[in-house]
Amino acid sequence: MADRYIEPDTPELRARWGNFAWTEANAAKAKEIVARYPEGRQRSAVMPLLDLAQRQVGAEENTQGWLPIPVMEYVAAQLDMPIIRVVEVATFYTMYNIAPIGRFHVQVCGTTPCMLRGSDEIMARCKARGMKTGHITEDGLWSLTEVECMGNCSSAPMVQINDDNYEDLTAERLDVVLDALARGETPKAGTQEPGRHTVEPVGGPTTLTAMVTENHDYRGEW
Amino acid sequence: MPKVTVDGVELEVPAGATVLQACELAGKEIPRFCYHERLSIAGNCRMCLVEVKPGPPKPQASCALPAGEGQEIRTDSEMVKKAREGVMEFLLINHPLDCPICDQGGECDLQDQSVAYGRGGSRYHEHKRAVTEKNMGPLIKTTMTRCIHCTRCVRFSEEIAGVDEIGAFYRGETMQISTYLEQAAKHEMSANVIDLCPVGALTSRPYAFEARPWELKKTLGIDVSDAIGANIRIDSRGREVLRVLPRVNDDVNEEWISDKARYMVDGLVKRRLDKPYLRRDGKLVAATWNEAFEAIATLKPGKSIAAVAGDMLDCETMFAAKKLVGALGSDLLEGRQTGMDYDTSSLAAVNFNSTLSGIETADAILIVGSNVRVEAPLVNVRLRKAVKRGAKVFLIGPKWETTFGGEFLGDDLSVLGNLPAHVSEALKGATRPAIIVGGAGLGRGGLEASLALASEFKLVRDLEDGTKWNGFNVLHMAASRMGGLMLGYAQKGGIADLVAAKPKVLLSLGADEVDYTRFADSMIVYIGHHGDKGAHAADVILPASAYTEKAGTYVNTEGRVQWADKAVFAPGDAREDWTILRALADAFGVSVGFDSFEELRAAMISEVPALGIEGLADYGSDLPAGGGSAAGQIAYPVKDFYMTNPIARASATMQQCSAELLHGEEIAEAAE
Repeated sequence: MADRYIEPDTPELRARWGNFAWTEANAAKAKEIVARYPEGRQRSAVMPLLDLAQRQVGAEENTQGWLPIPVMEYVAAQLDMPIIRVVEVATFYTMYNIAPIGRFHVQVCGTTPCMLRGSDEIMARCKARGMKTGHITEDGLWSLTEVECMGNCSSAPMVQINDDNYEDLTAERLDVVLDALARGETPKAGTQEPGRHTVEPVGGPTTLTAMVTENHDYRGEW
Repeated sequence: MPKVTVDGVELEVPAGATVLQACELAGKEIPRFCYHERLSIAGNCRMCLVEVKPGPPKPQASCALPAGEGQEIRTDSEMVKKAREGVMEFLLINHPLDCPICDQGGECDLQDQSVAYGRGGSRYHEHKRAVTEKNMGPLIKTTMTRCIHCTRCVRFSEEIAGVDEIGAFYRGETMQISTYLEQAAKHEMSANVIDLCPVGALTSRPYAFEARPWELKKTLGIDVSDAIGANIRIDSRGREVLRVLPRVNDDVNEEWISDKARYMVDGLVKRRLDKPYLRRDGKLVAATWNEAFEAIATLKPGKSIAAVAGDMLDCETMFAAKKLVGALGSDLLEGRQTGMDYDTSSLAAVNFNSTLSGIETADAILIVGSNVRVEAPLVNVRLRKAVKRGAKVFLIGPKWETTFGGEFLGDDLSVLGNLPAHVSEALKGATRPAIIVGGAGLGRGGLEASLALASEFKLVRDLEDGTKWNGFNVLHMAASRMGGLMLGYAQKGGIADLVAAKPKVLLSLGADEVDYTRFADSMIVYIGHHGDKGAHAADVILPASAYTEKAGTYVNTEGRVQWADKAVFAPGDAREDWTILRALADAFGVSVGFDSFEELRAAMISEVPALGIEGLADYGSDLPAGGGSAAGQIAYPVKDFYMTNPIARASATMQQCSAELLHGEEIAEAAE
């Protein structure tokens, strides 16, 4: 997190993004989002609009998307709010990328449960594949970030890549996912453990076994 | 009115008070960083923790907790002591130990409070955070590593100044305070964040590494950069004024001052007139006081003498000049240098009657020809407060960037004659309607037309709560204006009357805005402190004192009489103005009736008793009827906020501000 920084406002950046405007579809979507909030409270729409803008930028340059300064200014102007308040929001939330990003943003969780289940190995494999935190690989495909808990502790370790989580990883399973992504395929999101559906106990339930097939009232047995 | 117990003492606190305020009422000191009386409550420094029962069994942030009936508050328990020590330890984790090279040292909240409430030593051995410095313009120096994230500066710029330009980027430990894209802070009150900053993160750039607070002599003064009469503290060392800080006066400036008031003081040592000059063969040549007075004695003006008062004069100087001119048999006195000739027969008609704090309570305000933001930044702050309370503001004049919204009705004075229906309705329906006439709205019948509106909308009225309301306001721009008008510095035809009288001698009392080409036949005796426009036109220059170098009485635009003390001595051969005028009396061979400052002041008070009473002078509330029609394009007189008086024009800081902030020049840094 500490290496987050705003992409400097250069003439090149202005030239590239200075005339950013919603696509037709996004313009309609933005209008709908703003309309969700009461009259005079349009500023509340800043977060969904920033997300929309980030996705549009991503679609334009075939990356996960990020928020150049002129794009933030565009959103600020649409919501009639001071630009600094928009930048505050964008820099606060890490799901807004404020510097250029690769096609796939690999966010490796390194918090305790994931670490105990082998996130170090995941991280090492990412680095072995040429990724470096805070950088885009030369082919423009990968960006790497180490993040804190993403709430998938029962299927640790996990990575989040763009909008999907990949859980129950090993270095090999990560390779499979990343290779598939690189080929342009869409690997199955969620757990990568064969036979596991979501985050149910691996190898069948060990508690509340009587509840598996039917509802069972345990209260008399306490 | 809830009753609470603070450290065993029961007391009643006003409804809506916070626990912190309750503790203060009980006389307990609560340490704080983020809490500030005039800003919204943030509650993010946690330094104000106290123990409150009933409530959760943990310390509570008193600044954000409402005082409730029957609360038992303890500020002296073991829990509170440990909580404060803990918070202080956390704050100091990332705060550098660079007090010896920090300008805040000696007046630093963090320093004081860590001594008073912190642990004796540090247990921290890890790395400290470092933050890059941010550019905030020519006035604010930043050392952001020292920032403790209290967000006072952010709240000030958003709430008081009304210009969202400072923000908090990123989050948690990596949070950084910055302006957008590190642009310079560009409003007229920006430097107040320096006073607000409880640590040394934002310090004064022009004052950087100049002095420690304990070396400075502190003198109570009055600001003369505009007509608001902000209460200031002049900090000086030896013969030099090093800085100016605001004093708290809720009736006048709350606790803010404009950047010009704060930073023009470095102009006090530049371009100074420090010896008398005489014009010989078209050139100004340095002379001694004796030579100067001998030359003046040969003038023998008789009755043919007039005096023009400058914008920054104290009443004593104007009175002394009045006595001198009067002793010679003339009454040609004028203070409105640029030729304004509005009627001054009723001072209530040219006064800010609602008072500065009163304008906050107005609910419909019509501003006629005043760019309040540059003519009186402190009034702009009040207007913003009024709008926040629901006031509607309408403006007549060319558009400027207000910080409070408002509707511009057009830039011609004729709008006064036919206000749009919704405007008259708003003023008619208001309980506290107000009109503010600025410098650009006074002339060409603007004052009379505004007075007519005042009677139409009954701006003078008794309110339901029994108090009197007078919503007719004139917003002057010269610190000497109201004092001058009280002393009779006004001719019926303005300065044109002086021109028409063709005086043999024209006494120019620091008057730098006069068009002296119209006085080509007069001998111009300039009594002032800066080599500015007035001195250029003068035939005799007598070096006098600036506002920091003499004691004096000032009357601000609301008619508030205030006294200032002398902070330092004038440089070189310069003398206090009244002594020069007293000596001139001898040179002209007349008697003015005073030999000391005390006698002068006593004479002035006996002539104008209101000047002897600190506070609002009573001009009565009866306004003249006004009438007539006004017409003409409004053009605001202040073209450059940072360059409105000779001191500011001489100040390197103000010149830099003007160049960088108003004229957009790149920062000229010396090549290293």
